[in-house]
Order: sequence, then structure tokens, then C-alpha cells
Amino acid sequence: MLDYITSYLSSNTTPGQAGNVFWALVYIMIVFGGISVAVMAMNWLERKALAHFQIRLGPMRVGPHGLLQPIADAIKLMTKEDIIPAEADKFVFWIAPLIILCASFAIYIVVPFGPTHAITDLNIGILFMLGVSSLSVLGVVMAGWASNSHYPLIGALRSSAQMVSYEVAMGLAVVSAIVMTSLHGLGPYGVGVGTSGTGTLSMIGIVQAQQEQHVWFLFKFFPLGFIAFGIFAIAMVAETNRAPFDLPEAESELTAGFHTEYSGLRWSLFMLGEYAAMIAVSSIAVTLWLGGWYRPFPNTLTGDTWDLVFSLFPGLTFLALAAIAFVGVRRMPKHPYFRVQTIGLAGFGAVLGLIGLILFVPPVRDRIQDIYWFIAKVAGFMYLYIWYRATFPRYRFDQLMKVGWKVLLPIGIGVLILTAILGVVL
Amino acid sequence: MTDRTMFDLKPTDPKPADDKYLSHLELGEPDKTFLDTNELVINMGPQHPATHGVLRVILKLDGEKVLGTECVIGYLHRGVEKIAENRTYTMFNPYVDRMDYVAAVSNGLGYCEAVEKLLNIEAPPRAKYIRVILTELNRLASHQLWLGTHALDIGAMTPLFYTFRDREEILKIFEKYCGARLTTHAFRIGGCQYETYEGFERDVVKFLDFVPPKIDEYEELLTTNRIWLERTKNVGVISRADAIALGVTGPVLRASGVKWDLRKAQPYAAYSDFDFEVPIGANGDTYDRYTVRMEEMRQSLRIIRQAVEKIPEGPIMAKVPKVMKPPVGEIYHSIEAPKGELGYFIVSDGSTQPYRVRIRPPSFVNLQALDIMVRGALVADVIAVIGTLDIVLGEVDR
Amino acid sequence: MIAKLKGQYGSGICEANTYLGQNYMVVDPSIVSDLLQILRNREQFDYCVDITAVHYPEREKQFDVLWILYSFSKNERIRVKIMIADGESVPSAVSVWATANWLEREVYDMFGIRFDGHPDLKRILLPDGWKGYPLRKDYGIIQQDQEWVKANLGIESGQ
Repeated sequence: MLDYITSYLSSNTTPGQAGNVFWALVYIMIVFGGISVAVMAMNWLERKALAHFQIRLGPMRVGPHGLLQPIADAIKLMTKEDIIPAEADKFVFWIAPLIILCASFAIYIVVPFGPTHAITDLNIGILFMLGVSSLSVLGVVMAGWASNSHYPLIGALRSSAQMVSYEVAMGLAVVSAIVMTSLHGLGPYGVGVGTSGTGTLSMIGIVQAQQEQHVWFLFKFFPLGFIAFGIFAIAMVAETNRAPFDLPEAESELTAGFHTEYSGLRWSLFMLGEYAAMIAVSSIAVTLWLGGWYRPFPNTLTGDTWDLVFSLFPGLTFLALAAIAFVGVRRMPKHPYFRVQTIGLAGFGAVLGLIGLILFVPPVRDRIQDIYWFIAKVAGFMYLYIWYRATFPRYRFDQLMKVGWKVLLPIGIGVLILTAILGVVL
Repeated sequence: MTDRTMFDLKPTDPKPADDKYLSHLELGEPDKTFLDTNELVINMGPQHPATHGVLRVILKLDGEKVLGTECVIGYLHRGVEKIAENRTYTMFNPYVDRMDYVAAVSNGLGYCEAVEKLLNIEAPPRAKYIRVILTELNRLASHQLWLGTHALDIGAMTPLFYTFRDREEILKIFEKYCGARLTTHAFRIGGCQYETYEGFERDVVKFLDFVPPKIDEYEELLTTNRIWLERTKNVGVISRADAIALGVTGPVLRASGVKWDLRKAQPYAAYSDFDFEVPIGANGDTYDRYTVRMEEMRQSLRIIRQAVEKIPEGPIMAKVPKVMKPPVGEIYHSIEAPKGELGYFIVSDGSTQPYRVRIRPPSFVNLQALDIMVRGALVADVIAVIGTLDIVLGEVDR
Repeated sequence: MIAKLKGQYGSGICEANTYLGQNYMVVDPSIVSDLLQILRNREQFDYCVDITAVHYPEREKQFDVLWILYSFSKNERIRVKIMIADGESVPSAVSVWATANWLEREVYDMFGIRFDGHPDLKRILLPDGWKGYPLRKDYGIIQQDQEWVKANLGIESGQ
């Protein structure tokens, strides 16, 4: 048994490939826990960032700078009365949030946080991701139907139409990225000639293809990769029902759309599913176009010195966060009322600093790098989500469809064809 | 003083109104397609985030398309007109603030001027100037509130906070002037109760310098935003003829291309002394109403600046009898409130209490146009149109 | 204009006068339907500002019904007034000005004056089943339809 557990440590693959159930479970636990924490952090960050876009302060009361707000929210949602409308279809009502939650968490099975830091490496990873992520529409429709109310029904129908339409454009963009894996062609910088394409659907394989071809697919066949990425970036916002495509839950039109009748824990499952899906699709985008776990400039800035410099980033990031926390401590009002908060913030800063220092230790530093760069890239997308929400008005339903079918789809097809032609010609 | 050249109007065609204007849920058939569609009747409001209070709209939908609407109003009916008959002229004055509570100063101005006309007295020039300054500030505040909520309805969250930030400066001036922020009761019959406070003009000028960049900021967020344009252009169109037939007034009428503003057409208070433009739109769509109101904000600033520069010295209260007993008679007086023509029809029987006060609320009449503006549009447009009509339910229901 | 109308209707126009600079005319209820058409179509009073009523319980003809009209092209207002007894109905102006729809409904709601030819005459501000017309002088300021309040709100009194 112990051998079974330790044998994996010496292998150089993902637990799924190694067929090691124990480590797969451990990985699943870590990913599940990590994503839940990330959703909480995202919740806090979104409220804070949105507030600062809108000249507000955001949460300030629960913990220093509202840091404990997500925990307070979680407790509140869990202890809230769970209302099921009398006329609702109880079983479907009950299972709908679970479907959304499962669908968005299942995507993480194939998300590669590093060359071995993935639960498994399916050889049809990207297909799996497309399939599973479109399952969440089922949950939305079920939620809208089971609520037995008009607004959720309209929200659910909008959602299904929207997700189905944008899936097509999204799929085309993904296919053009997959085509790039097998077509080496000429990179924009003249590099990558002569390397053989891998032609793979595996998520890890796609990232490795970018490494082998010495180019992020974002910049490959410039501007084709860029356009495909743009299509994906738009479609993924629509896919996750976020502003400006948040029609299924447009609060000014449909009160809360498909989850109008939900409350308490069930509602929080929807939110958890939504944020998990946001992180998941961002991870896909990072994997397909932004070089996955690779640090920036792995080909041009090579050598031990650069490796060392880039490997210091994780620790430096945490030290910077710690510094921000300490600045916050300095700026706390000196009133005794704030003493607990000040101590709490200082403690938080100390923890962050400690983590930062640990990340400088060479063995940790090397292992954590991949995950760090992956998360950093995903975090960029998360910020974009918040930014969109603060800036854009909401699309109308027919306009949304127009954008999906009349703009993104033709461009997607064009990019796919051109990518294929360029790949063959060059 | 009436500027007659501004009426570029030809009389509208004599045409009997047809079914077009009638708001019936029976009207309109769902598209007959090979799929058998059922129409859906949904109830928007009175508890709904985007109906600006307690408006209830019953929508008949074919999918997302609106086949017909019916407004159900009256949830906020307080019987203001009945109350008026049981109060003296002075006692009723604060009640009018509670109708259009975001433009309380305009309500007060209309009422005070109507009673002054009935009493045959006139407010002194300084009082008139103070009235203009405060009313125009209030128009600005009302438009800012409208912009914020309208943008929020269409899904842009951020302008709401920007407009509230700037509206706060106006409310601060009100508070300093009369102690109240919202329901100000700033004016009295015969003039103003309070002399301007020390530094009033400085505050107003400071505000005038502060706000134009902010208005540019709102415009930067919205005016050229693609999504905003798509959501507002050709949405909720009301033609000139329809607008006149339905009696809509204010920015909604002007956006349909009718250059008519009571401040110019029948100047009241001191408006004849000032130089300002009346912005109009061309298409009568939601975007035009937006641009008209944005421009109106700038014109209000112009008026305030002129008023502050030219404000005369002198008394602020006319000689008003202690007990007001207007002679027997009737009067109709209307002003250009931020939402449109706000009229007061007062009947006096010679006693201290008005015999009848009829308030002609702009929101009430404008709301009637909702049906024709949204028929055939989508649910999301209903929200946009309710926002663009700029209704205040306190005034619709009175 | 008044002379022309007087020539047309003779004694139908009982009084045409100006008070405090505002024109008004009192006309006979029988001609008001035609008169409003003519004012709208010939005299270009294309904007119906308001329709309202006043209750004089001590008079034999209890109600004044008023149309406040405005002409964009002339920049002029005029008030048309008729006097009717309780129970008499008034011709509806909805076919002349579409805006009359809700305004007439409000008059009906508040005074109980019926408008003939109105497409959808029902209460507008008060709930449908309400009894009594609040703006009549014999309706007390704190009076309410107790029955309705009990049946619909489940409370003894709304006060």
C-alpha cells in the first residue's frame, strides 16, 4: 500500500496517467479546495475592485478591509432558510445547482497547472472540456423550469440559446488552436521552423506544442491566433453568463433570471458554479493561447540567470502582498476600536510574508513555478471579467445572438480556414 | 418675451386617433409560425428592480417580443389633491414636494407661482433669481439621478455611482440653503423664506466649475459605447405626431423633434432674462432622449451661471397677507419641470383653503406613451423605455 | 376665434372670457363633442394638456368638467368648461387626443363621471373594486372603503 503511494512520486506523469487512485484523489481534493478558496478570494476581489471602479470602498467591516467578508457570506448563506417554492418540481429544483456545480468543477480534471500538476491528461482533454462545460446549460434550464415561474423560465431559455450559440464560435476558435498544434509553420519571429507539429487534443500536449514551436499560439500566424483568441475571450464571457452578456440573470430585466427562486445554500452553489466556471474557461484560454504554465519568454530569455530571476517571482509576489498589508496596517486609524483589525491585518501580512519567504527555498521554488505562472495568467482574465462588469452595459438578446452568429461565427470559420491554409503553405 | 421664431411647427394633421394608442392586452397576435407558440403574460412589478418604484406593467409576450402592455398604477396614491382641499394654501405647500420627490424644488416653484397668480402678487426679482438657481440645480440633480438609474437598467453599473457622487454636491447646497436635501420646501408663496446663506454664490460657482468635466465623464462612459448605442438607438421610438397626440412633454417630446420648452414658450420666474438653447432630437428614440437630457444639463449650468452673475439685491418676499384668501376664480399655471409640463389648476372659492387643486403630472401623462413605444420590442427594451421616460411614481400616483 | 365659434354655435357658448390673462369658455354639454373636434382640427389646439373636473355639491349641475388645451403653433392655452349634473355622461375625447385616455379614466376614478365612447373606462389610481369617488366633496378625507380594505388587505382599517 505504501509502495503504491510512494511509487507515484518517482514517476513523471499525472496521477491519472499513472493510474494511481490515491494521488488522483489527493489531487482532486487539492484542486477542489483550491478552487473553492479561489472563488472566495475572487468574490472578495471582485467586490473590492468593482467598488473602487465605482468610487466606493466595498466591504470594510468584516475583518480588516473586509477580508473576512467571503467567510461571513458563506456562513450566512449556509444558515439561511432554504426556500423551495410550493409549485416547484422539487427533485429537479434540488438537482439543478448540483449539475451546474459538477459541470464547472469537472472541467478541472483536465486543466494542466503544470506538466505533472493535473489530475489527468486525457488524450481528448479539450473535447472533454467543451463537452462538460456545455453541460452546465442543462442545469440552468432545469433550474428555470423547476422554479415554475416566469422570470426564471425566460432566463433559462435565454441562457440555453446563448450558450448553444456561443459554443459554436468557441468551438471554432478552439479548433483553430488545435490545428496550430499540428502545423508548425512560420512563427512571427521566424522561429519554430523545422520542428514537427504534435497534433494533439491533450491539454498538456497543447501547452508542450507551444513550447516546441517556440511561440504562444496567441502570436502564431499573427494576427490569426490573436483573432481566434479574441473570439474565445468573448465567447467565454458569454458562456459563463457574465457582463456584458449576463442576460440570463439580468437583474434589471428578469430580477435574477434563472436563479430568482433560489436562496441560501442552493443559491450559493450557483454562484460557486459560476465563479468556478469563470476560472475554468480562463484556464482553458491560458492553456490554449497563453502558453499554459510556461513562464514568459522561455525561449528568448534563457539561461540559469533568467531561470533564477523568473523563479523568484512567486516569492516576490507574496512579499509585495505582505508589504501592501503592512502599508494597510500603517494607515489604519489609531483608534482603539480598530486595534483588533490592525493586529489581524498585521498577522495576515506576516503570513503572506512567511509564505513569500518559503517560496524562495529552492526545492519549493522550482516546484511552485509552473502553478504560479498559470495562476498569474488566469488572474489576469479574472481582472478582465471584473473590468467588463464595471464598464459595459448589457447586450440585448437579439444583439447578443447577432454578435454570436453573424460576427463571431463567420470570423471563426475564416480564421480556421486561413490557419489551415497558412499552416500548409508555410 | 415669447420667442415666437422657435415654433417651427406646422399644425399636426387632423387625424382621428385609431386603435394604435389604445393599450389593450388583447391587441396583437403572436406570429404564426410552424412552431405553435403560446403567448406568455408576465407581471413586471410592482416589486421589480427596474420599474423605478411601484409601477406594475403587465406584459404579454410572444417569446421575448412584447405584444402588448398594460400599466397598473396607483400603488403610491396618497390623495394629494384631496389633501389640498383640506389644507390652507400655505399648509399645502410642503405636500407638493412629495410628488416628484427627486425634483421637489420644481414642484414647489409651480405651486407657489400658481397661487401667486391667483393672489395677483408677484415675487420680487431677487426671489425669482434664487428660484431659478435652485430649480435649475434641481433639474440637474433630477437628470443625474435619471442617468444613473437608466444606465443601471441597461446594465452599466458604474455611472450610477458617478452621478450620485455629483448629485450630492447639489444636495449639499440645498441643505445649506434650507436645511433639507430632498423635500426642500424651499419656496414660499410670495417669494422665498430664506435669504441665501453666506457664501451661497461661491458654492454655486464652485459647483458650476466642478460639474462640466463630470458630465463629460458620463458621456465618455456611455455616448460612444457600442453596446450603449445598440441598446438605445431605434429603441422606444415615438414619432412627433404620436408624441403630440399622447401629450408627452419635456425631454421626451423634445427628443421627438418638437422644439418646445415652457421656459421659452411661456416664460415664468425669471427665465426670460437668460440666454439658453432648447436641445432637440431627431428620431425620438432612447438615444435622442439621452442626448437631449445630457445637453439640458449643460444648458442648466449656463442658466445658473447667468443667474448667479446677474442676481439683483433686494427683498425676497412680496407683501403677502397673513391669511391668504384669493378671490374667487380659477387659474392654470404650468412650469417646465425636469420631466415635462407640471401644471397646477387651482380653483378658489374665496376661503383660506383651495376649493380644488388639480395637478397635471408630467410622469403620469408620459407613462401613457409606454405602450406604443414598446409594442413589438423586446423585454429588455421595456426596461430601457421605462428608464428613458424618467417617471417618478410619487408623481404618477400622487 | 371666439367670434367665429359664437357665430357657429350661438348660445351654445355660454361664456367666453379671460381671467388673470387666461382664456376660458363655458359651453353647453351638447356641443362640446363637436367643439373639441373643431378646436383640435381647425384651431390647431393639438395638445390636450389636462382633463379634470370640479365638484360643486350645492349646485344643481354638480360638476364642472374642464379641458385644458394648448396650441403649439399659436402658443396659446384655452380652457373649455361644461357643467353637468350627477349621473350625466360626457362625450369622450379619446378619438381627438389619445392622451385623453388616462386623463378621463382619472376623472372617472375620482369623480364618477362617465365618458361616452371611452374604450376602456375603468379605475386607474384606485383599485378596481373600490366604492366611492374620493374627490367628490361629500367624500371625507379619511373615509375609505372599509369592505374593500377588509376583503383585500385583511385588516380592520387602513388608518
